[in-house]
Amino acid sequence: MTAALETVGLQKRFGAVVATNDVSLKLERGARRALIGPNGAGKTTLINLLTGVEAPTAGKVLLDGRDITALPPHARVQLGMARTFQINQLFGELTPVQTIGLAISERMGRGMDWWRVVGSNPGVIERIGQLIGRFHLDDVMDAPTVSLPYGKQRLLEIALAIACRPRVLLLDEPAAGVPEAERQEILTTIAALPRDVTVLLIEHDMDLVFSFAERISVLVNGMLFAEGSPEEIGGNPDVRAIYLGDSVDG
Amino acid sequence: MSTAEISHGASSLADVGRSLTGEARWGRCEIAFWAVALASVFLLPGRHLILAEIAILGLFALSLDLILGYAGIISLGHAAYFGFGAYAAGLLAIHVVAEPVTGLVIAGLAAALLGFLTSFLVLRGSDLTRLMVTLGVALMLKEIANQLAWLTGGADGLQGIVVAPVLGLFSFDITGHVAYVYCLIVLFVLFLVARRLVNSPFGLSLRAARDNPLRASSIGIGVNRRLVAIYTIAAGYAGIAGALLTQTTAFASMDVLSFERSADLLLVLIVGGTGYLYGGPVGAILFKLMQDWLAGLTPQYWQFWVGCLFVLIVLVGRERMIDWIGPVRAALRPIGAHLAARLQVARDARK
Repeated sequence: MTAALETVGLQKRFGAVVATNDVSLKLERGARRALIGPNGAGKTTLINLLTGVEAPTAGKVLLDGRDITALPPHARVQLGMARTFQINQLFGELTPVQTIGLAISERMGRGMDWWRVVGSNPGVIERIGQLIGRFHLDDVMDAPTVSLPYGKQRLLEIALAIACRPRVLLLDEPAAGVPEAERQEILTTIAALPRDVTVLLIEHDMDLVFSFAERISVLVNGMLFAEGSPEEIGGNPDVRAIYLGDSVDG
Repeated sequence: MSTAEISHGASSLADVGRSLTGEARWGRCEIAFWAVALASVFLLPGRHLILAEIAILGLFALSLDLILGYAGIISLGHAAYFGFGAYAAGLLAIHVVAEPVTGLVIAGLAAALLGFLTSFLVLRGSDLTRLMVTLGVALMLKEIANQLAWLTGGADGLQGIVVAPVLGLFSFDITGHVAYVYCLIVLFVLFLVARRLVNSPFGLSLRAARDNPLRASSIGIGVNRRLVAIYTIAAGYAGIAGALLTQTTAFASMDVLSFERSADLLLVLIVGGTGYLYGGPVGAILFKLMQDWLAGLTPQYWQFWVGCLFVLIVLVGRERMIDWIGPVRAALRPIGAHLAARLQVARDARK
């Protein structure tokens, strides 16, 4: 069976700095994988390489066995890969309803449709309603995104990725900076993702990582340092020394 | 098919639908705007020449709004497409077809083609790069028109344009009645199309790309293609505006390609406001009327006052001016009530 997402010898250099060094990752369909590593380990660079925001210096990215290394970001989304950003990347002047509606009509291939009014399709409206409800955005659905509180923006950030109906979902620190009250919401949402969606989670929050991930990859200095089940990683003395410290009980 | 389906917690679908189509519904102000425009045809017969100019400028500014207000592409050279359409309409009238509507369509398509070819230059880079590139394209085009004097008439302008009656029925007259009605209808039709366009998924994707191109591409929007499309459409609009000018004045000069025209246009749109479609028409009305009024008031220094007013308008900001209307009205209300009471007292005393 081909992997849902695979990288082969992926490398990225910024001048003399090697941000990603010979990374070969393999995620089976439906995988719940966490990618952890100390600050500056190259986690976000790796996501940028996977999504096509940056081009690798060497190596390949495969989606369902298909080489997508040369594809631009939007083409990868159309093939079923979606991501969230560590720092919210939203459309300030659009409302949550418009934002999600846009992602859904793009997913349906109606993006170049310039004649019909957005929301003239009942299927689109229903799906927007589901996501708005699920992510507790009902009360702010008509407000410009820029005016939303941070926690709501964070929820919209994730709702937007899910509106793309991804088969492979990359989550870049989804819980970063989220107030405690709304954090649980994000954890529940991520846990409730359908089983056939392949998820790669980058996260600093160890509670989230260990509650969610079935396998964990550890990235250090741009290289894959270790990979294994949460128990193996938690119990690995090298990983603990480098990254986890002694505060986490394996 | 594998999906990240989430099937519970639906909020009111009617609310969502209303929220999505809200901007696409006709508001009272909008209907009033076009009713006034229609009324002006009958009520201001003596002003049809300037009203035709306003309609043309309004259409031209609407074209800039499509790229600046909706797609975030700033341009200092939009006169390139206006001028191209103006010359195209003139040359068509002289050499090919004298009927204006046909000429208008062909001139618009020609300007759109030019827009398509030059759109690739403005895709990349920052606002500053775009300013320079658009400015450069317009300057080059002006110089080409100057050099091709055998075709364009060079500095003397394109002369000998005879415009046939519109659809073979309505001849342009010296009072500008037909010209104004013709320009107003073209403006209205193209406005309706633009209105559909900005409220469509395509229009929404432009606004998304304007706000955050990185995220737009991360939800599957091929941003470059969208920008090429809207730039091409906007160039077509500008070309039609230019063609209207040529047809209603039976003349085209180098001035249609001038830098001042591009710069004035930016001013018109910023005064009227970007990103709500009426900024172009409203800005054109304010700009032309102010120009007309100040030129009558101080024939020698009117440009000084025009400049002064625009600096003020932009510094104060349109939103703030609109915000002032509420408090000013509220502040006037007690004064009005007080005056009314005093009047009543005085009237009672007189009895």
